[in-house]
Parts: sequence; structure tokens; C-alpha cells
Amino acid sequence: MDIQLTINDIALTVPEGMSILDAARTINIDIPTLCYLNLHEMKLNNHIASCRVCLVDVEGRRNLAPSCSTPVQHGMVVKTDTPLAIQARRTMVELLLSDHPKSCLTCAKNLDCDLQALAADLGVRNISYEGEECEFKIDTSSLAIIREPNKCILCRRCETMCDDVQTVGVYSAVGRGFETVIKTAFDLPLHETSCTFCGQCLAVCPTGALMELDQTDKVRKALNDPNRFVIVETAPAVRVALGEGFGLEPGTIVTGKMVAALRRLGFDRVFDTEFGADVTIMEEATELIHRLEHGGRLPMLTSCCPAWVKFFEHQFPDLLDVPSTCKSPHEMLGVLAKSYYAETYGIDPKKITVVSVMPCVAKKYEAARPELGQSKVIPDVDIVITTRELSRMIREAGIHFNHLKEEDFDHPLGESTGAAVVFGTTGGVIEAALRTAYEWLSGQTLEKVEFEALRGMDGIKEAVIPIGDRDFRIAVTHGLGNARSILEKIQAGEAHYDAIEIMACPGGCIGGGGQPYHHGNVDILKARANAIYQEDRSKPLRKSHENPAVLALYKDFIGEPYGEKARQLLHTSFTKRRKI
Amino acid sequence: MSMCDNPSTDDHYHQLDRYIDSLHYKKENLIGILHYAQELFGFLPDKLQLHIAQKLDIPAAKVYGVVSFYSFFTMKPRGKHTANICMGTACYVRGAEKLKEEIEKQMGIKTGQITEDNLFSLDSLRCIGACGLAPVMMVDGKVYGRIHEPEEVRQVLEKYRPQG
Ligand code: SF4
Ligand code: SF4
Ligand code: SF4
Ligand code: FES
Repeated sequence: MDIQLTINDIALTVPEGMSILDAARTINIDIPTLCYLNLHEMKLNNHIASCRVCLVDVEGRRNLAPSCSTPVQHGMVVKTDTPLAIQARRTMVELLLSDHPKSCLTCAKNLDCDLQALAADLGVRNISYEGEECEFKIDTSSLAIIREPNKCILCRRCETMCDDVQTVGVYSAVGRGFETVIKTAFDLPLHETSCTFCGQCLAVCPTGALMELDQTDKVRKALNDPNRFVIVETAPAVRVALGEGFGLEPGTIVTGKMVAALRRLGFDRVFDTEFGADVTIMEEATELIHRLEHGGRLPMLTSCCPAWVKFFEHQFPDLLDVPSTCKSPHEMLGVLAKSYYAETYGIDPKKITVVSVMPCVAKKYEAARPELGQSKVIPDVDIVITTRELSRMIREAGIHFNHLKEEDFDHPLGESTGAAVVFGTTGGVIEAALRTAYEWLSGQTLEKVEFEALRGMDGIKEAVIPIGDRDFRIAVTHGLGNARSILEKIQAGEAHYDAIEIMACPGGCIGGGGQPYHHGNVDILKARANAIYQEDRSKPLRKSHENPAVLALYKDFIGEPYGEKARQLLHTSFTKRRKI
Repeated sequence: MSMCDNPSTDDHYHQLDRYIDSLHYKKENLIGILHYAQELFGFLPDKLQLHIAQKLDIPAAKVYGVVSFYSFFTMKPRGKHTANICMGTACYVRGAEKLKEEIEKQMGIKTGQITEDNLFSLDSLRCIGACGLAPVMMVDGKVYGRIHEPEEVRQVLEKYRPQG
């Protein structure tokens, strides 16, 4: 049923059940929000209506109504811009600020903070209330995420994200009334919980209460150490998002400028994680065929997302033999830089620092996993920074990013195919694997390399792909909740697939926890995905096993894919972890 | 002190598991289960909450959230009787701090602890709304107001000591 009402004297008709907030947005009237966040595509709907910064005037009501949680009604007369409503909103923000640390200038979220923006928009010029600031300990236990509860405004977006989208359930509101705090179970340090470090909670946190661990200092230190040979590698999803940090439209491809900026920052070599992705496909496709031919465990699950890896280690410890043993692409590139490249060019691997620029928060934690290195002193990857951290470093160095001339990656670990680019978005890893597995299994050339059924933002995508005389049952999921539901079906024997791609972040890595903040606008993710496919189309080679630099690597150094040396350098193992 | 190392603890866990198994709806009954567990164990330590979370297959943070929300749940062992001191502004101004010290002295413990003989546990509260009677102490929910002298404290506590 449709509902007719007026908002600011404009008559409109909207479907029943819509909130005043959403109704106003249909006629381009914006009402500020802070706690409310509704991302249909991700199945995230945080509507606890606690912050009250969305108050509006509804004729005939005694009190102002929170527009995010008040459904429209027939004949409603709403005013969003009365002095009363505006003053009330300002008061709500002042109240939030009364016990909030006033440390914007030194806060890592400075200029990216929703609370700060709101205070600016509403013209808060003084804070009439003196609140007691809380003094909670900052949780620095993990190698990925910093929790600073003193900056928390209790919007509970993080909790909703972690519960409903990721189904990990790390956080809970603890205590009651004035003393409520968002905590982990038993107030454990994050490091001791089942947190996957996907970073989706901090991607939606409106304040600086949840941040990634800043490792730019470590990078700068390595760059200024004349004894270090510093190699940087960049993930596919970074080049389609980095531009946002410099005011470019979402979906702008800035690969060449990014490479130029990295050289200016002083990196000795600029390599491409996409080379590692092409190697991943060589390994993963071979492993899949190996499992098929030797009666190995099916379905094979992808393993390039470290948050997903940690998720199944905690939540499905009995399924540790299901995922592929392949390391993630940036780890593969790291180990190859410190073995193949080091050997070829006579560099002591102990002197090499590998820095990964990732859309990802979990990879910070992953890089420190003890099994991911040739030895304790030679980890595959030394430092991981996010897209956001790179954009900060570029600005700090005073580089005019938008005016840079495009440059190319260094040879040979900078060569890549279109198959590697699509790793950056949901469905891409399996699509890339299929491009190769198809040709290897059927002995025929794959003419149409796009697998449309595996693309798009649906949470679970399925397709049956005939290859030779066999039908391949493929599934793709993103968001850990979707992964959970598919794993539970497998456990119960209700679903049968040959291969499944799983990415922790909604949208895949383009929506990673380390990307420029989307501030609730999911269209940004779609623009990034489109850019990924555009980059794929622009590549002369679009199948991993055609990458000449990769073929040379196998011929000169690794030998057979999934052979002895490959398993030693490019594969890994998983660990049972406790679920809490 | 830890009640978990009590030899009967294993039995308690078994009894709790049997109770949970007997329930038709488990996750939905979290509060009932926590009540049952608290009856059995006397309090709800982290380990027990984690056990319940794993048994119900829900995140431990949610169990912890519920336990912390309801005042009738306790995560610390409690004495037979629970004494509370009001630390609200009115009580504070009228000598709650001194009262606290006196009670602590007589019980031989600090606030947040439990007496040697398990008879009392002592905690402090924010304003309980009995400001007219400040300073106020409570035992098992019963309010005792305008307590200033050590002797008055002694008389209150005496009521709860076993006779003879
Ligand atoms: S990083 Fe991911 S798993 Fe960890 S608390 Fe945040 S949303 Fe949950
Ligand atoms: S940590 Fe951030 S997202 Fe979570 S409740 Fe606090 S302010 Fe909201
Ligand atoms: S989906 Fe990508 S960005 Fe997100 S946790 Fe996994 S690897 Fe990192
Ligand atoms: S946005 Fe409506 S109450 Fe917070």
C-alpha cells in the first residue's frame, strides 16, 4: 500500500513501512544520521535509534520523532528543518560530544569521522554540557585493529556488522544504562577472541573508536634505512580505490599514478600482487585437478582471504582439509621476491623488506603468522599497509597524486594478466581459476573468458560450468555469514560443489576493511567492481597460465606447479583455533 | 579463591548439560539457563559462561552481555549475604566513604571481595534513591539508613551472623 504525506510542504507518495528518513531521501532532503545504517546489499541494518541526531518535527506529536525509525503514515506532515528540530539535533550531538575525547586533531579518523562531520554540519560551536570522559584501556593486543572505547558513541554498528553480516559475534553491549560499553567476551583482548580481523566493523564505525593498526612508521623507517632493499607490492583492489583519497570519482583506475607515487616514496622495486595472483591460479587450478584425479576432498575452497581462513579455523575446525593449501597472492609474491628474485639478482633475502599495500586489515595479522615465511627471520611479507595508509603517506610526502605521469610496474614480478585483476572483486578468483582449469582440462581454447553468473553483488552465486565431459558445480560467496550458511550445508551433506570461492568482505576485496570509507554508499563498491572488470578487459593477456613471466618462473625456478618446490614455498597449513 | 576446583564442579557441569539437553528451546532460554547455572554454581565465572555459549552455539560475547545486563546475575562468588554501600552523591557527601572504610574494617575485606567465612560479600552501588537516609547501606536488599557509628555497623552485621 502506498502512503501519502508531506515533508517540508512537498507532497509525496511512498510505500508503506518506509521510514521518514528514507522517504525524505527520495525527494533529496537529507536528515543527518549517526547510528542508523542500512546496507541492503550486505544485509546490514542497524536501527537501534539511540543517537537521536535524526529528529524531525511531526505535526500533532508532542515530541520530535527519530526519523530513522519512525515509519511514514497517511497524511503525516513532517518538517525536517524547523528551528526546534535543528536545535534538538545540535543538542544531541553536543551531548554525544560532552563525554567524548576532544582530540580530533590527533585522531587517526580526523576528517573521515562522521561525528566530526555532523558537528561541523550542525554548527556546534560550544559544548554546553560537561560530561565525565570515560577512561577505558586502548586495546592494542592485535596486529590489525586498535580499539579505543573512549571514542565509542555506542551506535552498535560494529556489533550489528559482526553479528549479522559476518556471524562472528565478537562484540556485545555490556552493562546497562550510563555504564554500557561495547566489549568483547569477558573483556578479552581482541587478539584472544575469534575475531577474523576482516575489518568490516571499523569500515562502518562512525568514529575513531575502531581503527586499523597504523604501520606507516615502519615503512618509512625501512625506506630510510640504506641497508634495506625495500620492495612494495599492491593488490588489485587498491588501484581502483586509491584515487578516492585524492578526490577522484569512485572507480577511477589509478594504476600508473600509484606506481609512480610508490617510486617517489622511495621503494626500490614496485611489484604487483597480481603476479602472485597469477601464480596462485597456477597452483590452485593444479591442486583442484589433482584433487579431482586422486579422489581428494571436494569441494575445494579458496584460501586467499586471511579473514576467511581465520574464520574457518575458529568456526569449522573439522573442515581444515577442505580449503586449498595455497598461500594468499601477496604472500606468494613476498616469498618469491625473497627467493626467486633475490637469487636471480644476487640480493641477500635477509636485507629485503616486502611491504604489501592491501585493501585489507586481516593481512596485517596474516603477515605475522609464524608459518608464513622461509624462516623466522625471513617472513614472506614484512609490513602490510592499507589503501588508506598509502594515501596518507602520499599526502604526507607532498606528492601531487593527480598530476603524476603514469608509470609501469617493475619486471618480472610486476607482469600480470586480466585473470589476476579480477581477484579484487567477488567471484574473481574462481573466474580466474576457471579460465585456466577449463583450458587445461578440456585441451581447448576458452573463447569467452567472462563468467557472468559468478559476478555481481548477490551474497551466494552458483553456476554449473561444463568442462569436457564433466559439469563443474561452482559457488561464490562473500561476507562471512554467507560463507557460514554454505559451509553448514556442506557439513550436513545438503550441498555438493566442486569449488567455492569465499571472501570475507561484502563485495570481495574492493569492499575490504582497509579501503577508503564508503560512508554507507554501496554504489562506491559497484563502481570499484566495474573498474576491476574494465582493467581486466584492457589487458592483452587474460589467462594466468599465459603470463610469460609466470611461465619463466616455473621453467627457471619452481618446476612443476604443485610440485615439491611449489609446495614448500607457495603452500601453507592451517591451525585449529578455539571458538569464543 | 576458586569454586571451580571444587570436586563437585564436574558434577555440576554434567547436571547443567543434562538440564540444557532437556530443553526444547535452548538459545531462546539463555536467561533461564543462566539462572539454573547460578543456582548450581553460586555465580557465573567466565569459564562457565563460555561453556554455556559453546553448548548453545552462540558467541560468548552475547552470554557475557546478558549476564552483565541483569543485576541478579553475578560473575563473582557472592557470600551468603550481599552488603552494598551507596556511593551516590548524597551519601558521599554525608560520609559514605567513612562508612565504607568501617564496614571493610569490620568484615576484614575490601569492597568487591567476600569474607573468609563466605558470609558476606561487599559491593558499592551508585545512587539507590534513598538519599533522605544518607549515608545508606543495604544487606540483601534491605536498606539501613543514617549509619555513622562503628557500633551501628556492628549491629546491622550482627543480624546476619548465625546465632550462638
Ligand atoms: S574485524 Fe571482522 S570479525 Fe573482527 S570484530 Fe570486526 S567485523 Fe568482527
Ligand atoms: S566502536 Fe564504533 S561502531 Fe562500535 S559502537 Fe562504538 S562508535 Fe559504534
Ligand atoms: S575479502 Fe579481501 S580485503 Fe576482505 S579480508 Fe578477505 S582478503 Fe582482506
Ligand atoms: S540515526 Fe536515528 S536515532 Fe541514530
